[in-house]
Amino acid sequence: MSAGTSNVAVPGAVPDVAPRRGGMLAGRGSALAAALIFAALAVLPPIALAIGDPFLVVTATRILVFAIAALSLDLVLGYGAMVSFGHAAFVGLGAYAVAILASHGIDDILVQALAAIGVSALFALVTGAISLRTKGVYFIMITLAFGQMAYFFMVSLSAYGGDDGLTLSARSTLFGLPVLSSDVSLFYVSLAVLASAFLGLRALTLSRFGRVLRGTRENPIRMQAIGFQPFAFQLTAYVIAGALAGLAGVLLANQAEFVSPAYMSWQRSGELIVMVVLGGMGTLVGPIGGAIAFLLLEDWLAHFSEHWKLGLGVLLVLLVLFTRGGIAGGVERLFGRARP
Amino acid sequence: MSEPLLAVTDLRKSFGALAVTDGVSFDVHGNELHAIIGPNGAGKTTLIHQLSGNLASDSGTVRFAGEDITKHSMVDRVRRGLARSFQITSILDGFTVLENAAMAVQARSGSSFRFLRPASKESPLNDEARAALARVKLDDRAHRRAGSLSHGEKRQLEIAIALATGAKLLLLDEPLAGTGHEESAVLVALMQELKLTHTIVLIEHDMDAVFALADRVSVLVYGRLIATGTPEEVRAHPEVRAAYLGEEEAA
Ligand SMILES: Nc1ncnc2c1ncn2[C@@H]1O[C@H](COP(=O)(O)OP(=O)(O)OP(=O)(O)O)[C@@H](O)[C@H]1O
Ligand SMILES: [Mg+2]
Repeated sequence: MSAGTSNVAVPGAVPDVAPRRGGMLAGRGSALAAALIFAALAVLPPIALAIGDPFLVVTATRILVFAIAALSLDLVLGYGAMVSFGHAAFVGLGAYAVAILASHGIDDILVQALAAIGVSALFALVTGAISLRTKGVYFIMITLAFGQMAYFFMVSLSAYGGDDGLTLSARSTLFGLPVLSSDVSLFYVSLAVLASAFLGLRALTLSRFGRVLRGTRENPIRMQAIGFQPFAFQLTAYVIAGALAGLAGVLLANQAEFVSPAYMSWQRSGELIVMVVLGGMGTLVGPIGGAIAFLLLEDWLAHFSEHWKLGLGVLLVLLVLFTRGGIAGGVERLFGRARP
Repeated sequence: MSEPLLAVTDLRKSFGALAVTDGVSFDVHGNELHAIIGPNGAGKTTLIHQLSGNLASDSGTVRFAGEDITKHSMVDRVRRGLARSFQITSILDGFTVLENAAMAVQARSGSSFRFLRPASKESPLNDEARAALARVKLDDRAHRRAGSLSHGEKRQLEIAIALATGAKLLLLDEPLAGTGHEESAVLVALMQELKLTHTIVLIEHDMDAVFALADRVSVLVYGRLIATGTPEEVRAHPEVRAAYLGEEEAA
């Protein structure tokens, strides 16, 4: 038998005392990187004002909104190991909750946000419960199908603009006050939502719940063998992420003062996946960076040619080929080696 | 005689035309170490899969602690005290050794739908996990990344995780798989101690280990149990000698 042969195998290997899975950016480094990003964003509006480019704030708000959506997708994709291809549907549902309520004279942001969270959480609960019966590529296909279903539902909803979408007459209010009417206040509200979502998800991923989710990502059979049914945990993560994406939709509707089914298209879902992968899955801060990089790149490449998407595609392929763990992985390799 | 802790009756499982578990019946009594031996491909792992709930049986029954658990999921079985280890090490490489065990404690200690407090700082979970690690002599490795352990240590952790579930009965699928002489000596000594507190079903190829540890031995060949008895009885069994031990000695 094999006795003796494995004695030759490397004994003990190199002492590895660093327990953190995501390395630097999953530990304290992640909080530091996030703090830097948030601080830089916080001083953006006065700088934009000083250099006489107020439109910068509008662009930045849009980036914040997609960063929230990408962050929520990271919970599903990076921590839950569920490749969801219909995540934009939740953003769209949140945006439509604002527009539809507003068209009936309900402008209050709290009511709208509650409705948005409720609708997207419910949609996540129902579609997640069904989708999680499948695995692998079937899961991708079925989430894609549900996303498209939501998309075509909105296209067919002619009372609310159908294909053309719906323009908001004004931004949401709070207790009747137009608190979001200035671009700068909308920007800071979005930043606050992003920072809270980051801190909340960070705590969540380290909690009992998050630990089960991370364990399931690594080995679902092992988790069942010690007594955890992955389904309930994955579904809960899916619902939380759906609700958060819905909240991003509330901000998106306010930022654009317009909603349309295009927000929910599969291309949008694909872009969110790109942001998460580009930034680094399962790091939380990575997808925020991914959203910033993606949208800036999109803007920048659009200056050069109308075929910017091709350029973006090439860049992405290079990134996937030459980096592991996206931007977060790259930053980690640059700075993370200092660890003893 | 009191009711056995585990009672398996006419258990069957086929993959297509291949009957991998072909009418297996046996009992395991409380505090017994029951070894199941058999040549490669005899269906030992498949049997463990069926007993642990990883694989549904085609027919037959499995009773555990007086309850029919044939249709129970893997999760329900482990909650009742039936835990398994894996032939192919399946620890969570990315977590610390302590967290690997603490998670098994967590599974039976209150709700895991808690979202805010850091789990790795929960002392009650960590204390119990440490106790399980101590039983397999891994407590000094608690804060290492599990993936960085040596092969023998990983096999020890595999057992500690099963212990940490709070199981009464351990289904150990080749705990010595791939280990060298020294590593397997550690594991055998460790199982000697586990025997005192746990009922164990041990699948093993290493005959020295089996005959040193087992109270009773069953021999599985092509999905059928051809003999069950004390190590001496099984060693003397003519069919066993022909089918299995003979081949061992010839080798
Ligand atoms: N999922 C499966 N589908 C088809 N055949 C399978 C499957 N699992 C196991 N088998 C077959 O069943 C037989 C028994 O396999 P099993 O793994 O239970 O054997 P074993 O006794 O554990 O062997 P070993 O000593 O090598 O671990 C083998 O012939 C194997 O090829
Ligand atoms: Mg086997």
